[in-house]
Amino acid sequence: MTTAVVVFPGSNCEHDVVYALETLGGSADLVWHRDTDLSGYDSVVLPGGFAHGDYLRTGAIARFSPVMAEVNRLAAAGAPVLGICNGFQVLCEAGLLPGVLLQNRDLKFICRPIHLVVESTDSILTRAAKVGDVLEIPLNSYEGNYTASADEIASIEADGHVPLRYSSSTGTVDEGSNPNGSTNNIAAVSQGNVAGIMPHPERAIEKILGSADGRVLLESFLQSKVATVV
Amino acid sequence: MPLHQALGMTDDEYGTVCDLLGRPPTEAELAMYSVMWSEHCSYKSSRAFLGRFPTTAPWVVVGPGENAGVVDLGDGWLAALRIESHNHPSFVEPYQGAATGVGGILRDIFTMGARPIALWDQIRFGPLDDPHNRYLLEGVVAGVAGYGNAVGVPTVGGEVAFEECYAGNPLVNVMCLGIMRKEQLVLGTAGTPGTIAVLLGSSTGRDGIGGASVLASASFDADSDTKRPTVQVGDPFEEKKLIEACLELYDRSLVVGVQDLGAAGLSCATSEPAARAGTGMDVDLDTVHVRESGMTAAELLMSESQERMMAFVHPSSVNDVLAVAAKWEIDASVVGTVTAGDTLRISYNNQVVAEMPAASLSEAAPILRRDSGEPFWLEDLWTNTLEYLQPPDITRCLLEVLADPSIGDPSWVYEQYDHQLFLNTVVGPGDNGSLLRIKGTDKALAVSTDGNGRQCYLDPMRGGANLVYESALNVAMLGAKPMAVVDNLNFGNPEKSEVMWQFIETVEGISQACESLGIPVVGGNVSFYNETDEADIYPTPIVGVLGLADPAPRSVPRLNRAEAGMALWMFGPRNSRNLAGSSFEKIIKGHVGGRPTGPDSTTGKAVIELAVALAQNELVPVMHDISDGGAAVTVSEICIASNVGAHLQYSSWVGLFAEAPHRIIAAVPPENFAAIRQLAEDLGVPVSELGEFGGHRISFDNPVAGATSLSVDKAADAWRGAIRSRMSH
Amino acid sequence: MADTRTVTVNIRRRPSISDPQGATVARALRDLGHEVTGVRINKTIELQVPDGDVEAIRTKVAEMCDKLLANPVMEDYEILISS
Repeated sequence: MTTAVVVFPGSNCEHDVVYALETLGGSADLVWHRDTDLSGYDSVVLPGGFAHGDYLRTGAIARFSPVMAEVNRLAAAGAPVLGICNGFQVLCEAGLLPGVLLQNRDLKFICRPIHLVVESTDSILTRAAKVGDVLEIPLNSYEGNYTASADEIASIEADGHVPLRYSSSTGTVDEGSNPNGSTNNIAAVSQGNVAGIMPHPERAIEKILGSADGRVLLESFLQSKVATVV
Repeated sequence: MPLHQALGMTDDEYGTVCDLLGRPPTEAELAMYSVMWSEHCSYKSSRAFLGRFPTTAPWVVVGPGENAGVVDLGDGWLAALRIESHNHPSFVEPYQGAATGVGGILRDIFTMGARPIALWDQIRFGPLDDPHNRYLLEGVVAGVAGYGNAVGVPTVGGEVAFEECYAGNPLVNVMCLGIMRKEQLVLGTAGTPGTIAVLLGSSTGRDGIGGASVLASASFDADSDTKRPTVQVGDPFEEKKLIEACLELYDRSLVVGVQDLGAAGLSCATSEPAARAGTGMDVDLDTVHVRESGMTAAELLMSESQERMMAFVHPSSVNDVLAVAAKWEIDASVVGTVTAGDTLRISYNNQVVAEMPAASLSEAAPILRRDSGEPFWLEDLWTNTLEYLQPPDITRCLLEVLADPSIGDPSWVYEQYDHQLFLNTVVGPGDNGSLLRIKGTDKALAVSTDGNGRQCYLDPMRGGANLVYESALNVAMLGAKPMAVVDNLNFGNPEKSEVMWQFIETVEGISQACESLGIPVVGGNVSFYNETDEADIYPTPIVGVLGLADPAPRSVPRLNRAEAGMALWMFGPRNSRNLAGSSFEKIIKGHVGGRPTGPDSTTGKAVIELAVALAQNELVPVMHDISDGGAAVTVSEICIASNVGAHLQYSSWVGLFAEAPHRIIAAVPPENFAAIRQLAEDLGVPVSELGEFGGHRISFDNPVAGATSLSVDKAADAWRGAIRSRMSH
Repeated sequence: MADTRTVTVNIRRRPSISDPQGATVARALRDLGHEVTGVRINKTIELQVPDGDVEAIRTKVAEMCDKLLANPVMEDYEILISS
């Protein structure tokens, strides 16, 4: 079975995601945002980039792309659905995940490796990781500042829906290790079979490019496929 | 004022057009000639001298004259590279000026059939204590990031520098590299008669009429406000779709030729491909998809609306091309047909509005031999050297140099750029140069871009040559053999004889260095009229060198790999005692004078070969060239990146800050001493064993003056704050 | 707050300057079945300034627009002063 990697006009990390999934033994196809049939796929990745130019608001136009009906259907059927960076923004805008990603605290695009601490392994991103693991993963976004209403934050925290937080290299979670102002240093949100992550695990699968710490996250995603019946 | 003058054309040029046509030109024709014969498009002041560059080598597939240079990487792979300036538009509107500069250079690369895989930006501004310069830096960086990140091409390196002379005239040069398989190469040709011209991408509007071509051909003065409405707006989203659509067209072999629409818009995209093919073309402006109504033929022909491409298509493929455009959600119009003969015929509203020999727009452009002469002030400048009676406080001076924005940490800039997309970036910004792997092969491409306006001002020939050696050395330290050069020649007003002299000297210096190293110039760009209120910028050539590492070393030398116990060696000429043009004299003494040390072609070449060998054989974990700031800065940068101290013996303090070329500082593991000494001896490169790495202080030791030191943390704080602290208020 | 006044500044790109964002939104609206022939996306800025002579305020805000708020290269602005 195969992962559908959705290409919106303006997506740009789609080839990297396919490369990473295939390097880790998965198989993946690019599917165009006008496709209306994802039968035959058992999981979905919405990759990073600037879907529809990020015009109006990030994800605002992408959520209406024809393919999103199928993404919703697969999500409802229990298939793993992962949004990375811009894909996370689309999932939030589409209501598949709570919250929203605002402009970074310093109003600057940030491209640099940051650290994440694994807070829960009960997610399609972290099931192969260990609580307390510190991962070095590149962040690459202008709108990466995770925010939600106080009630929503309280609820996702209470329900353990935060698998990863921004941290120091030793795993300390504080304001100093928060690159973009995200509430409670939230770097990823996971609800059942749907998850969004702001940093780019697919950019951290080979030591030669700086870090291989993203492997465990994408391996978790690939293992989730096996564990799910669509 | 007669129309031709309003369009920036001289009376002589107007006369030439009348002679060519045998009649006075129509308004549309005049518009076309005026943009095509502008300095920006025709290189009329520089063309006579650019022939000096060596441009051939067995691996050159496409040399200067096409949209980009192309070189053969072996095993069916080609690389396309090009550099362009967007200085004037960036001064007028920093965000859009820089953004459209990125868009334009990308089109030059994917026009050739290559997927753009990386960008480098070379930017120069006035000092950061002036809020306007901070505004320009902020805007230009945001523009490069806003366009480059969104269009999905990583910006993996470059250089940022500050100097008073750029205050009224910032420099924004962008280089782009693309790769392709051999069979994907496409040229800017119109093909054979019967070929159909299809205009792809954005609609045509009035924005940017005469923008790049006229702006880049005129100087700024108090009323530069009046030139403002010609700024173009970039749309990275449209460009991204255009890239993917074009690459699909190439993959499916649906096009005969392609030409991007940049400066001079449709005028260029019709006449140049026809001229290259030796054909004519009929073009119907009524079919052009437009953004606003009521545009005149002249406006349509001059418009510099961004994100447009002209594809030349066999009639049987037109429907397929339109279908690919529809799939990628870009607009497309059939606008013309290639004809036999050599006449470019443009009609609008069912009337012929322009008719001329297609080649006359490019090939008949005037070639000027402007006056040149050595500046009268040059001798005085060379003899204006400083005498040092007392040695300075070395660590205090070093801290001051490290804290200078031209020397210190540029991460404030590059952290705003996506520099990792495509998963190729083995070595990214902040190192000697960039190294990009080619996935599925053992090959990697190394690129360095370098400029040094101050040295070129003091001696344009030596300065220009030194840049080639510096860039080539940066590439070599990544294990790559230098194989091609592109240059961006940023100069003042060519109507001044000293500016033309600087230009000719620079071309000579670059040419000599390229000949010595055996690397061809495969493309370039000339930007004149970089002056404000009659003050010219320093002559500022930017050199970009592409190198090929095949195979790429598994473990590439990096600045951050020095460890306690490794020896600190220098390779290259000893006893450099010249501070002319150095960062030390500029920053510490506020002085710019004397004559910088020029290259030594034999040593320069040998040091480059040594660097390739050291990297390829993985003998040294760290190599860093001595350039801006001298050896003291080179060692400090290694110590900061590696978080380790160093102990260094010196014989003269001047040698710590001198910037003479062909020198490398390396961290050397003891087990490799013998092998390295042997290699250096075989190549005839002097080795100086200066000290060792260890501890947490950077110390400088002299038999007479004794030792002085500072902590790595203190050096790091000064270096890291150089730009960041000035931009955070 | 009797001594402050609200000034609204509307900033628009000149008609001849392209608005890629507006064009993209127009396409999306049409995809959703809405009849739209054009979209331009503009900026609104609300300022609180010390109260005083309306024409003096207008002059001052115009200066802010020229210097910082608007980009004279490609934008026009209008100043609305609350009564």
